[in-house]
Amino acid sequence: MWMRKHLIYLLPVFGLAAWAQQPGRYGVGRVPTADEIGAWDISIGPDGKGLPPGGGTAADGKQVYDARCKRCHGDEAKGGDEGALTGGKGTLRTPKPLKTVGSYWPYATTLFDYVRRSMPFKNPGTLSNDQVYAVSAYILQLNGIIKEGDRMDATTLPKVQMPNRNGFVADPRRPPVSPY
Amino acid sequence: MQRSHGLASCSEWTGVPLSILLQEAGLQRGAQWLIAEGADACKMSRSVPVYKALRDAMVVYGQNGEALRPEQGYPLRLICPGFEGNINVKWLRRLKVVDRPAYTKDETSKYTELLGDGKARIFTFEMDAKSVITYPSGGDKLEKPGLYEISGLAWSGRGRIRRVDVSINGGRSWATARLQEPILPMAFTRFRMPWSWNGSEATLVSRAVDESGYLQPTRDALVAVRGVNSNYHCNAMKSWRVTNDGSVRNVDA
Repeated sequence: MWMRKHLIYLLPVFGLAAWAQQPGRYGVGRVPTADEIGAWDISIGPDGKGLPPGGGTAADGKQVYDARCKRCHGDEAKGGDEGALTGGKGTLRTPKPLKTVGSYWPYATTLFDYVRRSMPFKNPGTLSNDQVYAVSAYILQLNGIIKEGDRMDATTLPKVQMPNRNGFVADPRRPPVSPY
Repeated sequence: MQRSHGLASCSEWTGVPLSILLQEAGLQRGAQWLIAEGADACKMSRSVPVYKALRDAMVVYGQNGEALRPEQGYPLRLICPGFEGNINVKWLRRLKVVDRPAYTKDETSKYTELLGDGKARIFTFEMDAKSVITYPSGGDKLEKPGLYEISGLAWSGRGRIRRVDVSINGGRSWATARLQEPILPMAFTRFRMPWSWNGSEATLVSRAVDESGYLQPTRDALVAVRGVNSNYHCNAMKSWRVTNDGSVRNVDA
């Protein structure tokens, strides 16, 4: 039912190329400035869209990691009070799967996005872009995905092939035909 | 009970349909996903499909007749009815319209269902029909044989509850429970069934059917398809064992 209603609604919306310039029905709010959007626009796409300038290597990242991350994630990110970020390779089909950045995450861009927005847990947002690139490189290198001297930046990070990139499948549930 | 089903909740929400906000802002061709982002210290973020935003998602400011409480996302949060709760981003500060999902930490490393073959389902939003008997349940004690009312809750992320069956013999036979009004889509629905307990051991189970025709599965049926590592979407039937002395405990029946 909803689909029929919304198809009718969507056609005119998508049919107007200049829709974004049309006044809205209620006319509330205003278009934000580029600076206003830029100040909050921190999300990174899997294609690397949104990655900032800067960069770093695993060697740089080890220093950042040891100072800011190790207390919770343990030596070489093997796990401490918080979960392991390395290891788990080959465990996803076993009764005790270990899901880490290396064994499970499909995109390296997620690493940059999450570290920058959320880490370190007690002071999120306090790492520079260079430090985030560097610590991302270190985690990837510990997982054997990149080499120690590989520099991670806006160009190289999205090109990293994560081992479990093809490990995800779409939701097949279509009740009542494919219920589970 | 709290340990097995405590992550479920149901509220009345007050807010603005997201479809109105998007109409006001204007959606461009190719808009497929929204990235919802919170203003919490960690800037929680999730990708929301545009179909949900246009169907029934809301940006809400009220819960159960009062302003959102700080811990519930004041002043604004996202609500995607029937979806896994993690997507209802609190302290909502930004919705970014994009052509593909962001693959954020939560929607890749946490809210994916790892199957037995090592593959994982991703973007599995809807919560399928589920029910649980809340009385009698684990930890309760029936004082003596006699008349009791079995009661519980059923819900589905895909619409209204159509029927709930209750068994007192571990699923060998079923009786249809009475549903309490109102029966709202994607909301807790109370079911009740009188039961004369004769003092012998009994295994209580409930199973829900929603308006899509979906029947809540047994644990075995679910595990056969999904393995044992997709806990967030576990909606298997739940059993409680009533023993001869009236005590009630958790069992897999």
